[in-house]
Amino acid sequence: MSASVQTAAAAEGVDVSKARRPGSIKSVVLSEKTAIAGLLIIAFFVVIALLSPILVPGDPKEKVGPIFEPPSASHWLGLDGGGADMVKLLIAGTRVSLLVGFCAALVSALIGGAVGLFAGFYGGKTDVVLMRMTDYVLVIPDIPLMIVAAALFGRSLTNIIVIIGIIYWTTTARLIRAQVKSVRERVYVKRARALGAGNGRLIFKHVLPQVAPLLIANTVLLVAYAIFAETFITFLGLGDPSVISWGRLIENAFTDDAILNNAWWAIVPPGACVTLVVLGATLFGQSLEDALNPRLRVGHLSVRRFQVRPLRGRLDSE
Amino acid sequence: MRSFDFVAKRVMFAVVTVFVAITLNFVLFRTLSGDAVSALRCRQCTKEFKEYQRQELGLDKSKLEQYKVYLEDLAHGDMGKSLRSERPVTEELWAPLKNTIPMVALGTLFSIVFGILVGVVCAWRRATWADKTGLWSALGFYSMPPQWLGLLIVLFVAGAVGLPTAGIKDPTLGILGDASTWDVLVDRLRHMILPALTLGLVLYGEYALVVRSAMLETLGEDYVLTARAKGLSNWRTVRTHGFRNALLPIVTLVALSLGFIIGGSITIEYVFSYPGIGLQVVEAIDQRDYPILQGAFLLLTLSVILANLVADLLYFKLDPRVST
Repeated sequence: MSASVQTAAAAEGVDVSKARRPGSIKSVVLSEKTAIAGLLIIAFFVVIALLSPILVPGDPKEKVGPIFEPPSASHWLGLDGGGADMVKLLIAGTRVSLLVGFCAALVSALIGGAVGLFAGFYGGKTDVVLMRMTDYVLVIPDIPLMIVAAALFGRSLTNIIVIIGIIYWTTTARLIRAQVKSVRERVYVKRARALGAGNGRLIFKHVLPQVAPLLIANTVLLVAYAIFAETFITFLGLGDPSVISWGRLIENAFTDDAILNNAWWAIVPPGACVTLVVLGATLFGQSLEDALNPRLRVGHLSVRRFQVRPLRGRLDSE
Repeated sequence: MRSFDFVAKRVMFAVVTVFVAITLNFVLFRTLSGDAVSALRCRQCTKEFKEYQRQELGLDKSKLEQYKVYLEDLAHGDMGKSLRSERPVTEELWAPLKNTIPMVALGTLFSIVFGILVGVVCAWRRATWADKTGLWSALGFYSMPPQWLGLLIVLFVAGAVGLPTAGIKDPTLGILGDASTWDVLVDRLRHMILPALTLGLVLYGEYALVVRSAMLETLGEDYVLTARAKGLSNWRTVRTHGFRNALLPIVTLVALSLGFIIGGSITIEYVFSYPGIGLQVVEAIDQRDYPILQGAFLLLTLSVILANLVADLLYFKLDPRVST
């Protein structure tokens, strides 16, 4: 068992003694190269998103030249199918894509965290009912469900955030539940209960702080998945027509026949941004989760490494 | 006894899930969204016509009654009629499904072969340049939106290799006299390669990463050390002691990723105008053809539930340690 931990960890360049101990987020981030790289990527895009009103004053869709004009000194990434500057569009898109990513992940983390916390803490019937529910939602294929929901409920940014959020909470719920179940049995929680602490106090003062780092790590992974999902929905023409996101830029390039015009500059950058952010969030979230959740490194079933897609969570919770 | 209990449990779960999926389908389409007729894009339709359509579809009855009728119809394999073509939904879905299955199968096969190959090599040669190359290529493909990868392939690869990028058959084929079965088959395959490659690459990333970590873990087990100490060759150690055991999570993973395969193939078929179930879904969305969308959603959900069941049973068969 310990041998497998060490080889797996050594291959990732992780200090085993640190990795085994659920530690603070800060120590994990500083001890892993991949975590730092991931964090830097995310930070870069967050800064761009925050500065976007200053970087791109006015309407990014403004026509500044002929359609699909190739990159030049004045327009570094050329113009899109509407003659708008690609750099400006990308910066404006960063804001919306990250907004969708973070908000949807937050919705997921709230629902999943609450379900996992209650199921794990109360156990018994509450646990059975909540986990059964989770199992059913987990089996429904997420992308078709998102498409159907987006098609039925109309095209607004809020709808998309909510739809993505209420579909991706299941894995969080299972992860948190497993962790809560082990924390609940720890001596200090039992002592607190013996001293007369109520359930509310136990949950929020003693259990939640212990699982919070894991919840945060999981939320980072959810951000990646939400951004990914947004490009899906938008590509099928179900995005909010009034905003510009990376997903919309890819869709526009496709529907405006960027391919026939051989306008690679309209297609490559937005997808590259999505790929980078998803990569960054995966690296960062995965490093955090691995370090914070010792269960992941042991046992023959830890399929979960590097697996963000919805099938996860089924195997690791048993 | 143990096996009977397990199988019965999993089958029961699958059956209940199917029921949940059907109910969700009904709730989504009938109660939350208004009704299909008012959503129909039809400028010239009169009020009377819409009223008639509602009666025809049974939308004027109470929700509970509608639910009963819906279940009954489904039991008879009746999923309603397309609002566009007025043909039964089952027919409208069957033809594209026949196009999708070989394409998806080809892509999945590609990803399994390359995923396992790269994953095993990475794990065996861990922390070398081969491992790093494999790991980063897998992570890269894994992070790409499938539709974007598809566009890149159309843009940069298709021209170079001279493969078609749209549709499923060459319209000029068979104009000058009958084309032979062989020609038709080759033409089909040529149209299938690029979408299948896109799907395969996206999945490859995921499979390679999982195979690598599963292999890393098994290679660290004590029995692998024992095998090496016995003097077994590298190849034999990897194959019989490492890979055999790493195969467990891989098998499950492949079966379980069907949900993602389906999702990914929707946008990929759209990019390549490949007339499969995904393109059908896109068109149904575009024209608000809810019965088709509903049927497709149900079909996809059922196939994922089935795949899950198969994965569970397979896992049980492969790993005698599983008992619940």
